[in-house]
Amino acid sequence: MSSDEVPHQGVLRPAPESFLSGELISAISRDGIDHHRRGLLRGAFGAAVAAMAGSAVASDPDIVTPPEWSRTLGKPVATNPYGLPSLYEQNIIRRQSPGLTQTDQASVAFTPLQSMFGMITPSGLHFERHHQGWVDIDPRRHRLMINGLVDTPVVFTMEELMRMPSVSRMHFLECGANTALEWGNSAVPTVQYTHGMLSGSEWTGVPLSLLLERAGYDRRAQFLLAEGADGSSMTRTINMENALDDAIVAYGQNGEMLRPEQGYPLRLVVPGVQGVSWVKWLRRLEVGDMPYAAKDEASHYVDLMPDGSQRQYTAIQEAKSVITAPSAGQKLQTKGYYCITGLAWSGRGTVTKVEVSVDGGRNWREARLEGPVLPKMLTRFNFDWVWQGDAALLQSRVHDSTGYIQPQRAELVAVRGTRSIYHNNAIQTWRIAPSGEVDNVQLG
Amino acid sequence: MSSWARWSALFIAGFCCSLAAASDYPEAVLDIGRPATAEEVSAWDIDVRPDFKGLPAGSGSVEDGETLWLEQCALCHGDFGDSNEVFSPIVLGNVTDEDMTAGRVASLTDPAVVRTTLMKVATVSTLWDYINRAMPWNAPKSLSPDEVYALVAYLLQLGYIVDYDFVLSDENIADVQALMPNRNGMTMDHGLWSVGGEPDVVGSACTRDCDVDTTVTSFIPDYAMNAHGNLKDQVRDYGPFPGVQTAPVSSAVVESQPAEAAAPEATLMANGCSGCHRLEGALVGPGFDAIRERYRGQDVADYLTDKIKNGGSGVWGSMPMPPMAQVEDGAVAELVGWLLETN
Ligand code: HEC
Ligand code: HEC
Repeated sequence: MSSDEVPHQGVLRPAPESFLSGELISAISRDGIDHHRRGLLRGAFGAAVAAMAGSAVASDPDIVTPPEWSRTLGKPVATNPYGLPSLYEQNIIRRQSPGLTQTDQASVAFTPLQSMFGMITPSGLHFERHHQGWVDIDPRRHRLMINGLVDTPVVFTMEELMRMPSVSRMHFLECGANTALEWGNSAVPTVQYTHGMLSGSEWTGVPLSLLLERAGYDRRAQFLLAEGADGSSMTRTINMENALDDAIVAYGQNGEMLRPEQGYPLRLVVPGVQGVSWVKWLRRLEVGDMPYAAKDEASHYVDLMPDGSQRQYTAIQEAKSVITAPSAGQKLQTKGYYCITGLAWSGRGTVTKVEVSVDGGRNWREARLEGPVLPKMLTRFNFDWVWQGDAALLQSRVHDSTGYIQPQRAELVAVRGTRSIYHNNAIQTWRIAPSGEVDNVQLG
Repeated sequence: MSSWARWSALFIAGFCCSLAAASDYPEAVLDIGRPATAEEVSAWDIDVRPDFKGLPAGSGSVEDGETLWLEQCALCHGDFGDSNEVFSPIVLGNVTDEDMTAGRVASLTDPAVVRTTLMKVATVSTLWDYINRAMPWNAPKSLSPDEVYALVAYLLQLGYIVDYDFVLSDENIADVQALMPNRNGMTMDHGLWSVGGEPDVVGSACTRDCDVDTTVTSFIPDYAMNAHGNLKDQVRDYGPFPGVQTAPVSSAVVESQPAEAAAPEATLMANGCSGCHRLEGALVGPGFDAIRERYRGQDVADYLTDKIKNGGSGVWGSMPMPPMAQVEDGAVAELVGWLLETN
């Protein structure tokens, strides 16, 4: 499909009566519009516009009659001391996938990616995934302990942690089970549910390496256990390599303290690693010489392979991308120009290129990356497209700084089967029907 | 080199995001925080590792475990740990004698078999550690070590790993480890543990006429489209991509508009509207369904009359609608009345 041509920008002007010949109109009514007739139409518009330049136009009532907001005194400052989104945005919220989990505390609420811009996830729209509900911890009573293979087990209060040198870094956070429902078949109707366990935030806190240094960690230790203070006291084994490289013990998220659902007042940030390892309500770190086989690395978050073996301690989120708009459940209203937009990220480094296909992966063109392009962070991409009204199959594909290229679903499934639940980073396909409706499909 | 370019070069070289080392800060930084007391460490250091480091001394019988289970656990997990009501089953009879001998549960490869905890977990320490820290779900950390031993013993007995008269303790738990049905079922032979790990699947770089099968093999059937609620309500409704209506239009609405007229198809045809507009879905212009939806209940008859007579663009896209001034006033009124359901 030729989509490089940018359409003639329409101008709001009248044309002489019957500037379209009756013949053309009835040919279009009878047989629809084809390339030839589209050309004739364009010509006719051009002629009409030229002939009638400067005449009266249909007027927009929202311009002609001042709307009520232009004729009133607005609300006072601090009406909402903590600001809220517009009344007209109240349907852009986190949502659960009905029937996915049996309870609301061991569950997930997905981020509405289809309606979001840029690379930052507003904290209130950050997806939620808990195993035993969420708690709101009194920061004055919260402590962080570091023990295990250290010279001195140490304890920090929040005051002490917030006094230490702080760093702020932008990183994506993706649940290892993001897109899990799509291994076997197209299962959920929008990108919110296929890819909405994903966020990008600026995290502020203390470099984990500094805290480990403070405790005098054993240089030979390869493992770190992170433990939460909530009812589940979630534990996960962290690779010391990640811990010493870029991990953060974070209290800040997007300029304010963490939200309770995100682990207030303290969570672990392990860039590039799946969300379950970013232990929330973090209370303890233990330096160790073997992995811990915690429940969520022994019964869950293990990736079942076709031979029946389970990959344990899978952590890294490999490069992945998805078109967020237009995406399934949305509808293109008319032919013409569209900006296809989406997100790309890699747990091993930086996004170097994103390509988009509108024909199910046969042909690809490069998308524009919106800067800054940061390591282990979401990158927004945009792609110009002129929709001619035909059926289309939209895909995006990311390349990262290690040379890795995001695989097609068929390629991934050929190796991993369809039952590994976690780490599905396959290329996503959205189908556009001639009606403009978009749905979630799988190919081949 | 601009400083941005220099940074990019550093990123690519892989020094991207390593944070500063302690030596980069004044030494006084390392005075912050205080040593933990032994009592504090033992209060919080509750984890139990696969080699049983951290396991407190104690014991518990299957029989005691059964009593505790029925009192505190069965309501969510079922009397036999087989319930799927609150969480996936912990125990079901999907383990064979051969599995026990091999330490690999063969039915994990069978898609028809529910994967239970005892089929998957390789390490008995995991059960002890988890029940101790997190169960019962609604009252975590309320069990004594002996109670945890008893509950683990009961689960093992439900899985035919130990007999009914078994008493589990810190002294024999290593022997039980040697009986775990899927003890040899885990692998770390993959590239996802370390950031430098080798990927098992890499996509293709092909960009032209790539050899891919574009047959649609899976999609969500119409009847399931509304399973997540009306998608139209889950998207910003005024952007370029409003949501698809998946909920049936409620009967109340239909009843209140008994006069909803059939589309005046003859008028649409006669006046050439059908060349560009379909009743449903976009063609050159927006579908009449979308137009009707957009203006439903709004007082815009004059505006639409004007638009039809004089044409215009920019409301639905850049494609202009030509002036249809030749259409008789009566026909325009009929069409506008139909579009706004005021006929
Ligand atoms: C109020 C309901 C409830 C009660 C009571 C309860 N559990 Fe649970 N249990 C759960 C839920 C929900 C999960 C999964 C939590 C998660 O998602 O991390 C779970 C998980 C578990 C698991 C881990 C299973 C796996 O594969 O991850 C074990 C073992 C377990 N429970 C044992 C017990 C024991 C023993 C008791 C009694 C002392 C008990 N539970 C009481 C709800 C309950
Ligand atoms: C040559 C193609 C063409 C023909 C013929 C045509 N339309 Fe349109 N129509 C369009 C396009 C394109 C638009 C979108 C214009 C825009 O974005 O503002 C449109 C928009 C409309 C709208 C929505 C206006 C708005 O502002 O939202 C109505 C109502 C409409 N047409 C009615 C008609 C009727 C009735 C006829 C027949 C008398 C007709 N059209 C004939 C192309 C056409």
